Amino acid sequence: MAAIGLENIRHAYGPDPKRPADYALKSVHHTFEDGGAYALLGPSGCGKTTLLNIMSGLVTPSSGRLLFDGRDVTGLSTEARNIAQVFQFPVVYDTMTVYDNLAFPLRNRRLPEAEVDRRVRETLALIDLEDRAHRKAHGLTADQKQKISLGRGLVRNDVAAILFDEPLTVIDPHMKWLLRSQLKLLHKRFGHTMVYVTHDQTEALTFADTVVVMYEGEIVQIGTPDELFARPKHTFVGYFIGSPGMNVLPVALDGARARIGAAEIALPGAPGPVEGRIELGIRPEFVRVGREGLPVAVSKVEDVGRHKVVRATLEGRPIAALIGEDEDVPAEPRVRFEPAGINLYVDAWRVELGS
Amino acid sequence: MEKSWNNRAWFMVLPVLVLVAFSAVVPLMTVVNYSVQDTFGNNEFFWAGTEWFEELLASDRFWEAMGRNLVFSLVILAIEVPLGIFIALNMPRKGIGVSVCLVLMALPLLVPWNVVGTIWQVFGRVDIGLLGHTLEAIGIDYNYVSDPIDAWITVVLMDVWHWTSLVVLLCYAGLVSIPDAYYQAARIDGASRWAVFRYIQLPKMNRVLLIAVLLRFMDSFMIYTEPFVVTGGGPGNSTTFLSIDLVKMAVGQFDLGPAAAMSLVYFLIILLLSWVFYTVMTNRGVER
Repeated sequence: MAAIGLENIRHAYGPDPKRPADYALKSVHHTFEDGGAYALLGPSGCGKTTLLNIMSGLVTPSSGRLLFDGRDVTGLSTEARNIAQVFQFPVVYDTMTVYDNLAFPLRNRRLPEAEVDRRVRETLALIDLEDRAHRKAHGLTADQKQKISLGRGLVRNDVAAILFDEPLTVIDPHMKWLLRSQLKLLHKRFGHTMVYVTHDQTEALTFADTVVVMYEGEIVQIGTPDELFARPKHTFVGYFIGSPGMNVLPVALDGARARIGAAEIALPGAPGPVEGRIELGIRPEFVRVGREGLPVAVSKVEDVGRHKVVRATLEGRPIAALIGEDEDVPAEPRVRFEPAGINLYVDAWRVELGS
Repeated sequence: MEKSWNNRAWFMVLPVLVLVAFSAVVPLMTVVNYSVQDTFGNNEFFWAGTEWFEELLASDRFWEAMGRNLVFSLVILAIEVPLGIFIALNMPRKGIGVSVCLVLMALPLLVPWNVVGTIWQVFGRVDIGLLGHTLEAIGIDYNYVSDPIDAWITVVLMDVWHWTSLVVLLCYAGLVSIPDAYYQAARIDGASRWAVFRYIQLPKMNRVLLIAVLLRFMDSFMIYTEPFVVTGGGPGNSTTFLSIDLVKMAVGQFDLGPAAAMSLVYFLIILLLSWVFYTVMTNRGVER
């Protein structure tokens, strides 16, 4: 188990990168603490899998250093780094039995057979496949195969970290939940450093203690699920996390007041002197629909079960609000923003509001 | 919908039946007919019973040719299958090299059988052939016309040149279907090059390899054109395979009865071997 340090990692797949857009990763600088459960969250193509493969050694970064507990491993092979990785599609060695699959990484490292047997049995119990130990891996279901992939990592009890690359993509929905909770249990019990790549916010928020949100090759925010929800540092985080995402409205500033068209919104505090494109972000959860506030035109109300999503336009801008299941939208509806939920963005990055 | 039965529907199958009858059943019955009769020309036939079969199965000539056939098939399989796998493993997976390699590999397969024979017949000639002349120039005694070993080497080399590509292409198709994640997982598990081959690549090639072995075995067991063009079955009888012997007997000596009996036995052997292969292959399928 190790802390993984990324020092100014940059990577481009093409030869001779010039513009920033040529880079799949633009200067990533971060440390994954020993024993942490992290999620790398971002849309497809944001560089999260590239970053994962750099950590496991499948990809060598164009520049920057990779440190395991302070030791430079940038030039080391995947095997020497002692990393475990679970892929999107389950990888099992078809012709081997489940037992042999788990023994494979140990036998490759020439461990004595008695030790192999002890560890494989332990791991079989962990992943709940003891009864299938001597079956061929070929006929198993996707979730069992994925457990074997994980097991091949767990069986080496000295792995530096376990990396997951969207491991639940091909798993049935009802198994996803189960596997995810088993994963959390394993993490609690053994304290491996785990990094989990996904584009699914539910997976990221339920699995990880710390979520790293990536966007266009950069880390835009690192935080707990709560922080990402309450104080998104970038407008992208705002609308990528949450369902529906954060409302982002372009506004003009006037001291501690924001103006959108003819409507005026009181801010909880005044920002310092700012320049650039100014936007106000507020999550639908903090938009109150009622008889007072700013007039809106409601276009649609979607009942999604526990609550309803109100789609409306405010001064020509689309806006979403959440209301309770039993609440109704009044005639001539108006909206009010709860001050606690208001964030202000300059050129897409969040600025603090002095109070 | 209710299914209705109408026996007149059988008439729909009639065209195919007629076609198969004229293309396969009637000629086969003619052969059966010849195999149990004797003739001295003039369209006169005498009943011979199982005489030709008995004579054939007791003749050294038949068993020797059969032995040569089996040895030939086994030798070319032993060379073409490992060589084909080796080449397929070393072919590029992406880039311009892929199409270059595929075209190069496909070329020998596109050459007609008798042309392949002619190419090697000329190639190996000591007086003007590139191979034969070069070998002689550097002092190696090589003459496929007079030396049985040289004749075998030439015929085997020719078959390897002609057909290894088929094994390569089939294996390559199996190899490119392996997702990258398998190789990455193997690197993470610390697998050696051999382990990657043994546990990832070979299992993926398994099915296509069986097809390759079946095709190459059947084909080499029925080989005729190329050795006929290159060596004509010689020197002596050293490259006289069953098919060459058969044609000698039927067309050369005009022994229609014995030739017909031999065709039938030859046919049954190939049928039997195909059945064995088919059963083995489908059984493997069930096992999986």
